Amino acid sequence: MKPVFETTGTCLNIKLPEELDHPASELIRRESDRIMGKIYIRTICFDFGETVFMDSSGVGLIMGRYRALGMRSGCMKACHVSGYIEKLLRLSGVSRFLELERETNETCLEGRGI
Amino acid sequence: MMENSNEMMLIFDSRAENEGLARIAAAAFCTHLNPTLEEVSDLKTAVSEAVTNCIIHGYQGEVCKIRMRCTRKDRTIYVDIEDDGVGIPDVEKAMEPLYTTRADQDRSGMGFTFMEAFMDEVKVTSSVGKGTCVHMSKKIGN
Repeated sequence: MKPVFETTGTCLNIKLPEELDHPASELIRRESDRIMGKIYIRTICFDFGETVFMDSSGVGLIMGRYRALGMRSGCMKACHVSGYIEKLLRLSGVSRFLELERETNETCLEGRGI
Repeated sequence: MMENSNEMMLIFDSRAENEGLARIAAAAFCTHLNPTLEEVSDLKTAVSEAVTNCIIHGYQGEVCKIRMRCTRKDRTIYVDIEDDGVGIPDVEKAMEPLYTTRADQDRSGMGFTFMEAFMDEVKVTSSVGKGTCVHMSKKIGN
């Protein structure tokens, strides 16, 4: 699955891919830079609904977008965050400036395997 | 009856697309131990961090070989990930949370922190101009 970018007013919604690793983060960084160069963006919402894997590259992406938005409070949101993704966001400290909305149905973690 | 040891070696090019290959191979290697989903995710994230380091920092984008060796002894998985890249002058500094030499590329500096958080043990041996090896281990079913 490829990331999907949608804008609603000044909010950029990024539907993240299944695996938010180094190559995926690079692609999202470039595309969001391009969008932010054309349209005024005040907030970014990351949708983790499809994401089953993330590493520190994903954390770097979030930190970089926060810097790009001027590090204002409330400028970043994350939705459909699973238990594992939340663990990474908390451990890295990015949850301090990222408003978290948890996954409604945690049972969908089952059967994800490798 | 399950053998109490096993070994695997994987040699691959330092291309970003191979990060996925390495973490899936390591995850598949440990499936005999019937790990929980969280243990598999922890291992995959740690392997991904080490391989990303080889690609971005060790070889700095140049395409060379990365070697991953996975061994299992009883319920412990050992993973060694090695490159012949530039090496790390100050390993202690490199392992500090948020330390990065590539903030311009949106690198978080959390790679080693994640490895240490998700594995039981992480050791780094490095020699400037020769390369770096990350040794990690994790007991499954702890």
